[in-house]
Amino acid sequence: MSPTRSWTGGTTIHEVPAVIVGAGGAGLWAALELARSGVETAVLTKLYPTRSHTGAAQGGICAALGNLEEDHWEWHMFDTVKGGDYLVDQDAAEILAREAIDTVIELEHMGLPFNRTAEGKIDQRRFGGHTRNYGEGPVRRACFAADRTGHMILQTLYQQCIKHGVKFFDEYHVVDLLIDDGETRGVVAYRIADGELHVFRSSAVMLATGGFGRMFRTTSNAMTLTGDGCALAYRRGVPLQDMEFYQFHPTGIPGIGVLLSEAARGEGGYLRNDSGERFMERYAPKLMELAPRDMVSRAIAMELREGRGIGGKDYVHLDLTHLGKEVIDSKLPDITEFSRVYQGIEPITQPVPTTPTAHYAMGGVPTDTNARVVIDERNTPLPGLYAAGETACVSVHGANRLGTNSLIDILVFGRRAGRSMATDIGAGTGLPDLATDAAEPAREEIEALRSRTVGESRVRIQTELADVMMVDCGVFRTDETLRNAATKVRELKGRFARVRIQDRGRVFNTDLLETRELGYLLDCAEATTTSALARTESRGAHSREDYPERDDGEWLKHTLAYRSEGGPDLRYKPVTLGRFEPKPRVY
Amino acid sequence: MQVELRILRYDPERDDKPRWERYDVDTGPMDRVLDLLQTVKNHHDGTLTFRRSCAHGVCGSDAMLINGRNRLACKIRVDQLGRKISVAPLPGLPVVKDLVVEMDDFFAKFRSVMPYELDDGAPMPERERLQSPEDRARYDDTTKCILCAACTSSCPSFWAKPEYVGPAAIVNAHRFIFDTRDQGADERLEILSDENGVWRCRTIFNCTDACPRGINITRAILEVSTAVVDRRRFAGRSRANGSAERDPAPVGAASSVAVGAGLSRRDSGGAAPAAEGVGGHPESSSGSGTEDGLGVMEPRS
Repeated sequence: MSPTRSWTGGTTIHEVPAVIVGAGGAGLWAALELARSGVETAVLTKLYPTRSHTGAAQGGICAALGNLEEDHWEWHMFDTVKGGDYLVDQDAAEILAREAIDTVIELEHMGLPFNRTAEGKIDQRRFGGHTRNYGEGPVRRACFAADRTGHMILQTLYQQCIKHGVKFFDEYHVVDLLIDDGETRGVVAYRIADGELHVFRSSAVMLATGGFGRMFRTTSNAMTLTGDGCALAYRRGVPLQDMEFYQFHPTGIPGIGVLLSEAARGEGGYLRNDSGERFMERYAPKLMELAPRDMVSRAIAMELREGRGIGGKDYVHLDLTHLGKEVIDSKLPDITEFSRVYQGIEPITQPVPTTPTAHYAMGGVPTDTNARVVIDERNTPLPGLYAAGETACVSVHGANRLGTNSLIDILVFGRRAGRSMATDIGAGTGLPDLATDAAEPAREEIEALRSRTVGESRVRIQTELADVMMVDCGVFRTDETLRNAATKVRELKGRFARVRIQDRGRVFNTDLLETRELGYLLDCAEATTTSALARTESRGAHSREDYPERDDGEWLKHTLAYRSEGGPDLRYKPVTLGRFEPKPRVY
Repeated sequence: MQVELRILRYDPERDDKPRWERYDVDTGPMDRVLDLLQTVKNHHDGTLTFRRSCAHGVCGSDAMLINGRNRLACKIRVDQLGRKISVAPLPGLPVVKDLVVEMDDFFAKFRSVMPYELDDGAPMPERERLQSPEDRARYDDTTKCILCAACTSSCPSFWAKPEYVGPAAIVNAHRFIFDTRDQGADERLEILSDENGVWRCRTIFNCTDACPRGINITRAILEVSTAVVDRRRFAGRSRANGSAERDPAPVGAASSVAVGAGLSRRDSGGAAPAAEGVGGHPESSSGSGTEDGLGVMEPRS
């Protein structure tokens, strides 16, 4: 690659066929596929690749290897479809469950240090919602490397990318997606080190920027998970799909939201209320603590609402004390350390306070099963644009994602994205034409922000957004709370148009970038609240107290939210059904 | 409670040299230093600049020098530090702005040890390769590394000789050298027998003390240097240590066996015996002190 071609008004132009925005699991595996195909690729990340939030995933990655007991990909597919409350596209779920197996094997071949069984095979453990024989009971399907599975996936893929000579642009913050005449033409990135704009002229752009949990007050998400990819696409006319479905993970550390992995329950941990009762008995008698996350989070929220939190406070207990030191030290070392560091609790001997925390966006940029972005109810592709992972909505998670399915999602569909890009670049006619002033809109926005001397700081807008989303668009919702949230988000967007920053420098200006990130969060929040208000049913993670039942007659369909001046326009597209007919979801 | 937070600030667009700024910050005992920094940025001075991402000790963004020791700002609490807290950038690395240091050289050194699995080119089996739990445990400690640079930038040998590949790179080489599936030990040991490789380690233990992941880094380095020696011995070219000369010893499976044999002697012993009584206490190399007595560790010139 000879990236630096010319200078036009302080803008460096790079010409490279493929650009990947984001260096988590999805982006890195796509990069690896492209490298293996000999396609020049630039991976842009606003961090260093090893800082990506894939590395925070703890418990495991599921694949029906059947190493410890009988298992089949069909069972995995069924669990995924049922776990997603039948909003899952079943063609995508079939691909996920089938390709999970060789994906995990390939990870092992890349050197990933999985835990091993006595015979030396990849070890597997139980996880919420993963069952044998179509729901009979828990199955050991989650492959793991202690409780740092995501860390090992991120490291392994980064290592392989280094081995294959992938070109990284570290600490480049993408600020615009170039789409013209219905065709993708590249991206504009802001080099954090010196504030220079870089244009990447490319015929294939992949969005792999992760989620947007930072719109909520209590979240497991990194401070950098601000919906950049979703918002950049949304601003360029791409719809956001199923944004009303946001997962709250049952076991976060109260206050700071750091996750205590579901692996703790997979290894046998209990949830208890103030009287010591294992209250999941009343909500999911068969799977108990290993029911899907939406159900466990709702159960905890109900216990808290009815005054059965510990000492009347806003948390319940995760009890690991019966597991013993050996299991805790060998299989759950990191999360027990989180309790020690952030709560001053010793999980070997004390129950751990825990409460639901905003965790995962089931929605995002709509794609087909080959990770090509599609922009309407007929799944029309937008040439040259790809997405995978939490940024995307393919949709394998439907209305609620099962634990461990996000790691397998980023890899299966990250790999597919890389292959699609290589194929399309090979069949294409070279780099797209690009206007000479392609960077101008981004430059104007950034300079306007840098030069504004009067206005409100980002801090209050950010706080008010996080508060209203947590309270009014959280585990439980009603027409009233969602109206309030939607109105508030609109007000905050108005105030954001006059936001002012303090740091006017060019070098490593995080004040500027955090403010831009807040803008991305506001866009994602607008799509989320509007989509949630419209959906008058309860399904998966979207739990409407005023519409408590699932309504397949009216609502077995995906939401598409399109940006418009007066607030998002909503359209709908059908769910791809298949071998599993929608049934009541009981565990 | 209120803490007196002092931050070493530097803005290359305005300052000739770094300066200490003091902030009195309201906080709770369970708050992390990262919370303090975010409070300053949000409510005192929006220009304060630092890297951060996951905020719970797994991404490695926010390593910095806190009360004289390299720590992750998100993993050290106010009640562990007291009411006077000093924060400065990682020592020994060029400062970009405030608490942000230049990391490209650090990552280049990581890449220099071939930190990826090398196989012998034989076709992979259809299923996973088998590895016993014991073989898996052999390199478990060094798989934890998050590349935060707390170790390398705490190392006096690195301060004295910035070309030294540094503890973090050796940790990542170790992770593969002792993985039974990997076939690249010979090449990595060759790289690390260079004059800027393992011999720069003087077992000072600063790295081990600094590691936020609790990796016994000094032991890992000693295991790698022992492997380098064993490899030479096996090739009939034994040397005491420290030569910059390239070792032309043949590569191949036989050398890898020697590596394993050499190391098995250490397996049961906890910390590597050679380290005992050799290194200085971690504290002894820090605390050159500042006028306010906060004990800031500074690179030796």
